[in-house]
Amino acid sequence: MYSERELRAIADIAFAASDCDQTEVIIGEVDSALTRFANNGIHQNVAERNHELTIRAVVGRRIGVATGNDLSPEGIRRVVEHARAIARRSPENPDFRSLPTPRPIPPVDGWRETTAGFSPEARARLAAPVCRRAAEVGLVAAGYIETRAEQFTVANSLGIFASTRRTTAAAMAVVMSDSGSGYADRFALDAGDLDPDALADEAIGRATRARNPIDVEIGEWEVVLEPYAVVDLLLYVSFLGFSAQSVQEKTSFLAGRFGERVLGENISIWDDPTGPGVVPEPFDPEGVPSRRVDLIVDGVAVGVVYDTLTAARDGKESTGHALPPGSTSGPLPRHLYLAPGTEDDLVRKVDRGLLITRFWYTRPVHYLTVTMTGMTRDGLFLIENGEIVAPVKNLRFTQSYLAALNAVTGISRTTKLEIEEGNFVVPSLRIAQWSFTGKTAH
Amino acid sequence: MRDIARQALDTATSRGAAYADVRVVELRSESVVVKNGRVDVIRTDESVGFGVRVLVDGAWGFASSALLSFAEADRVAALAVAIARASALVQPHPVSLGPPVTTRGRYTTPTERDPFAVSFDERIGLLLAADQAMRRDPAIVVAEGRIGCERQRKLFLNSEGADIEQELTETGVGIECTARSEDEIQTRSYPNSFGLHMGTAGWEFVERQRIVDHAARIADEAAALLTAKQCPSGVTTVILDSSQTALQVHESCGHPIELDRVFGTESAYAGTSFLTIDKLGSYQYGSEHVTIVADATIPGGLGTFGYDDEGIPAQRTTIVDHGRFVGFLTSRETATLLGQTSNGTMRADGWNRIPLIRMTNINLEPGDWTLEDLIADTDEGILMATNRSWSIDDRRWNFQFGTEIAWEIRGGKRGALLKNATYSGITPQFWASCDAVCNRDEWTIWGLPNCGKGQPSQTMHVGHGAAAARFRNVQVGLMR
Repeated sequence: MYSERELRAIADIAFAASDCDQTEVIIGEVDSALTRFANNGIHQNVAERNHELTIRAVVGRRIGVATGNDLSPEGIRRVVEHARAIARRSPENPDFRSLPTPRPIPPVDGWRETTAGFSPEARARLAAPVCRRAAEVGLVAAGYIETRAEQFTVANSLGIFASTRRTTAAAMAVVMSDSGSGYADRFALDAGDLDPDALADEAIGRATRARNPIDVEIGEWEVVLEPYAVVDLLLYVSFLGFSAQSVQEKTSFLAGRFGERVLGENISIWDDPTGPGVVPEPFDPEGVPSRRVDLIVDGVAVGVVYDTLTAARDGKESTGHALPPGSTSGPLPRHLYLAPGTEDDLVRKVDRGLLITRFWYTRPVHYLTVTMTGMTRDGLFLIENGEIVAPVKNLRFTQSYLAALNAVTGISRTTKLEIEEGNFVVPSLRIAQWSFTGKTAH
Repeated sequence: MRDIARQALDTATSRGAAYADVRVVELRSESVVVKNGRVDVIRTDESVGFGVRVLVDGAWGFASSALLSFAEADRVAALAVAIARASALVQPHPVSLGPPVTTRGRYTTPTERDPFAVSFDERIGLLLAADQAMRRDPAIVVAEGRIGCERQRKLFLNSEGADIEQELTETGVGIECTARSEDEIQTRSYPNSFGLHMGTAGWEFVERQRIVDHAARIADEAAALLTAKQCPSGVTTVILDSSQTALQVHESCGHPIELDRVFGTESAYAGTSFLTIDKLGSYQYGSEHVTIVADATIPGGLGTFGYDDEGIPAQRTTIVDHGRFVGFLTSRETATLLGQTSNGTMRADGWNRIPLIRMTNINLEPGDWTLEDLIADTDEGILMATNRSWSIDDRRWNFQFGTEIAWEIRGGKRGALLKNATYSGITPQFWASCDAVCNRDEWTIWGLPNCGKGQPSQTMHVGHGAAAARFRNVQVGLMR
């Protein structure tokens, strides 16, 4: 990773090479490694060291964006020249006001040396227990162990210089028998906190319980969703609804509905990039501090996230949720929390229902209702009289996630961190009605 | 660059690699996005780096870096060997690659007009003209168009003597518009959804799409869909347009024929396959009208290249022969397990990723029908066009797709517009119900730039040739 002095030197070369009205410099660095296992053995094992420079050049209200990964002085000047040339050729963007000016960035602690220095042998030691123990009981394990060390820096010609480092460690396992499978994952800042035996216990236990699944009828079912599945609800409700851009373009289900109750009264959702339990991101790619934003409070729509451009349109301040320049998706929340409840056992109150471990290949069918289709995967179980009584063959669903979040009858006290296109801290949910529309053979 | 690659190979082999390969990749891309009458994004991207893949004691290691220097070549090659030794700690069976690959060759995508030489003004002008045509209708709340081009220069060397240089150029274009009423939202796209329809070609590919000529039509259709009838639920005959048929091939044939999936090495993420090796040569995948080939040699396809990332020359392989399943997509490692040699489908999406088995151009061979005759031959059914949603299970068995637009077919005529159309099925049953495929004149090679696979994830550009096709007894309209 570059030192602060080296990062400032890169920014200074870029500023010196730019004769634009405003210039923004983003430097992303990553040192990552991933050990992948299948059939109870390691079959892919990779490492990457990369860095990328992004320049946003502003001439009046004309903007150009260029990226490159040659950080020599010549390479830096070349990226600046590309961005500058594009800006000069671009039509004006009338919504653009200015790059942001400096604001205080809160200190965060997202770096763990253990993760940054994790060796291939250490990753193999984390992969070994689930592979060995699965083989011992006639099961087949697949999954990965990943470590990432990243540094992210933003500087602009209006005085912003912000830099942060973070580490992430992940472990994931799918364990399979001839007739069922089980899933488990873990995420942490510190690779030393990943417990390979706990991962193996959970995945092997679930796979064992999933053997010899039965058929059930499709239709409306009461369901309990594990946190792995709850993430999908938050991911798509957020993606389709919680960006200021989608509200401004009237494609969000929240457009024109602020102050109204849009989800159940027991549902509160917020985004907090430096909140407890997540991999902290104290500022966004514009160098704006990322602050907590309440999105849904007791079911009522109260907010969306902004970047500089969308904030200017609404006469507001950016909340620090920009995506990198050149993205067309607008601002997005990437550290979402769903408020926990008070229950310790959601299954106990279900007379007849299904316990869903996770979803697979979910896609929007209708944007305004956030109607999705997808499959259950790696552990679907029948609940009768408050007990899990049998594994079930996977089912396809076609379900409005908004309707589901209006029908939540129970929320667990505990939450789990999941990282999938963002950070999610979510509980388990019991939902009164879920629509299954198709069967499969396993 | 070649010297650095050579040094990485030498370091890897001197440290104990029984096999090593090095890819040096330079990637350059440009994209222009116009939205609601304004230029939303113009950007250029460049990336260069190298990756070293090694086999030590029958186990794989890979390391990569963006720094092109002799010292870094040594560090990365040594790291790849160390990683491979760690892999060997948890590996039940050693890898065998079969016969050595010693190919030497050069390949360059043929282009008529270099897309990078087309001015930004020309690209913006074309997109703004389409944008203006789409926004004539007041129901349109978002109109968006994009043009992208990408050039990849690759050097591949391996320790067996292969030495290959390639320059691959891709160009693409797409427009879409979204109409909104108080209680409905509908989107139409052209030529395809997913943002860009792409090919290995130059600017001529963009010109052939004639986006301005189609802009007003898709805007009218999006607006009309706001008040269209809901697609009914039931079992009926379905005719899929060329692009939706292509996606059907992608999801329900292209993925399950990847032999790495079949052997379980993608089971933690992408899943496995219902097409197990015991089915090869005998399994009835579809009806007699269904012949599918993997063809990396077809001009212009997004999955067209000279050599794969193991140095195997591009080739054409039959996958389904008049309904019978006869071939997988293979790599050196997986083909060896079947007693075969690779059919050249290993590709990585950059210097920092290992190659995986990826679709090339997986094409449904054309039949004899015109679309007009096929509709006329259908008493009752639904014509569905342009994918909107796609979902399939982890063995590629149970699927559900939705399309942007559909029309009733009654008495051999295209009838009322239908919104929110979906259909679902089971892969072999669905393909067994195919009783007609349209002819070569209706056949298009669709470029899909968003095929995901692998951990860490990789996004591959693949192609699918297809014409409209008819399927009987299909479940439609499951949306609540």
